[in-house]
Amino acid sequence: MIRSITQQKSIEEIERLTDGMGRIFIIGCGTCVTLTRTGGAPEVAAMQQQLTEKGKVVTGTTVVPVACDNLTMDMLKEFQNPLKQADGLLIMTCAFGVQTIARQISKMVIPALDTLFVGKETGAGEFNEVCLQCGTCIIGETGGICPVTTCHKGLVNGPCGGTNNGKCEIDSNKDCAWTLIYNRLKDLGRLDAMRKYQKPRNHLGEPTPGKFKIPASA
Amino acid sequence: MPSAFKKALDSGKFVVTCEAAPSKGTNLENMKHHIALLKDKVDAMNVTDHQSSVMRYPSLGGALLVKEMGGEPILQMTCRDRNRLALQADLLFAASRGINNVLCLTGDSVMLGDHKDAKAVFDLDSSQLVAAIRRLESGKDMAGNELDGGVRFCAGAIVTPEANPIEPQLIKFEKKIEAGAEFIQTQAVYDLDNFKKFMEYARQFPVKVLAGVILLTSAPMARFMNKNVAGVTVPQDLIDEMASAPKGGALNKGIEIAGRMIRRIKEENMCDGVHIMAIGKEEKVIDIMAAAGL
Repeated sequence: MIRSITQQKSIEEIERLTDGMGRIFIIGCGTCVTLTRTGGAPEVAAMQQQLTEKGKVVTGTTVVPVACDNLTMDMLKEFQNPLKQADGLLIMTCAFGVQTIARQISKMVIPALDTLFVGKETGAGEFNEVCLQCGTCIIGETGGICPVTTCHKGLVNGPCGGTNNGKCEIDSNKDCAWTLIYNRLKDLGRLDAMRKYQKPRNHLGEPTPGKFKIPASA
Repeated sequence: MPSAFKKALDSGKFVVTCEAAPSKGTNLENMKHHIALLKDKVDAMNVTDHQSSVMRYPSLGGALLVKEMGGEPILQMTCRDRNRLALQADLLFAASRGINNVLCLTGDSVMLGDHKDAKAVFDLDSSQLVAAIRRLESGKDMAGNELDGGVRFCAGAIVTPEANPIEPQLIKFEKKIEAGAEFIQTQAVYDLDNFKKFMEYARQFPVKVLAGVILLTSAPMARFMNKNVAGVTVPQDLIDEMASAPKGGALNKGIEIAGRMIRRIKEENMCDGVHIMAIGKEEKVIDIMAAAGL
């Protein structure tokens, strides 16, 4: 399952962002951020305690099941009063959740997390980015491994000179995408695919911000 | 008309190139000193492009300086900092000012440099940049629009003969040649027996190869490269030899080793020349060449 992968902002940044807000309502989420332990029930409770120690009044907390779902607004209805009392909402969800809530409640929203990438759990407690949603998928020629995402530089014609022992120049724990692709294509007997010159990418496969409408049927 | 460097490559002589490293700032005295010292001793001087992703005086400005001082520049261009519009524009500028040799590189990650938060570009990769040069030479830009006034470049790229695993590097190497690379300057090689094997393979392609030689300045520097520079392996016997140098004599030992390696590369006719990288010690290139009997 794809997951929105997040990391908690430093308490110093959260303090700065909530400066001047004496009363805070905290919202967590029961889906991705619970899995990554950045915005589930235990983290919301810990944040409540931290903010209380810093002298803030926490008017209420909740962990909604799926913050990015439009039903989130219905879930928040039972908290009308504590929401109203708050100067700001500290939202411990990914940016999808923060924006879903911001669209519907007339309050300043403060993200407590940074959204790192959309990825999947590839091992216990380990998450990897597998797709950048570039709009011009080429993995049919790379053995199903995406070089646009997996290569730090997004190179599509093979490795750079920074690869070392199958690892990336920026982190000896990061696999070199092109070593992975080479090994996969070699196993599949399809190294010819790697020899194919890839033209410069269309970087605007879908211009930012992405927008899509299901075409009306003819 | 072919560039002087291209003529040297085609002449069959043992070609020697070195580097001129742009300064951090506008004080160009040190760079001018190195250019004046070396421009008539080597066939061409590479001007590095924000080497190691450290922001510096631009390679284009440095290449122009080499040209103005009567030298033969090789403009290094990485794909890290400019998109295809900026790269093509810089190529037009280079051509308009008589800078006709380009070395196409991917470029190090910005995370390795001194502006770690910068946006990395990599709109093109090194093989696509070579292809873009050939495209401009056809009289059209990458979008297919006609150019008013053409360009002619001697275009090159790099390879890392000691990379592990080597096969993915070789596939990229072949793509660069298919894209139109005429010359290759290699990452530093120290294991010349391994390099000979690489050249047995590389000889089948229509490309001139200059072996990269990085001047060793001390045993710790050699160990540092082994640990931190991808694709560079200084064998233990060379590290021991560096360590055996008398106090204060390490640099001379490094010059002796570089000279010895170049001499062997030339005597055994391993490749078409050498690219000497005397990082921070450019004035020593003359001593290295003397030690090599060049």
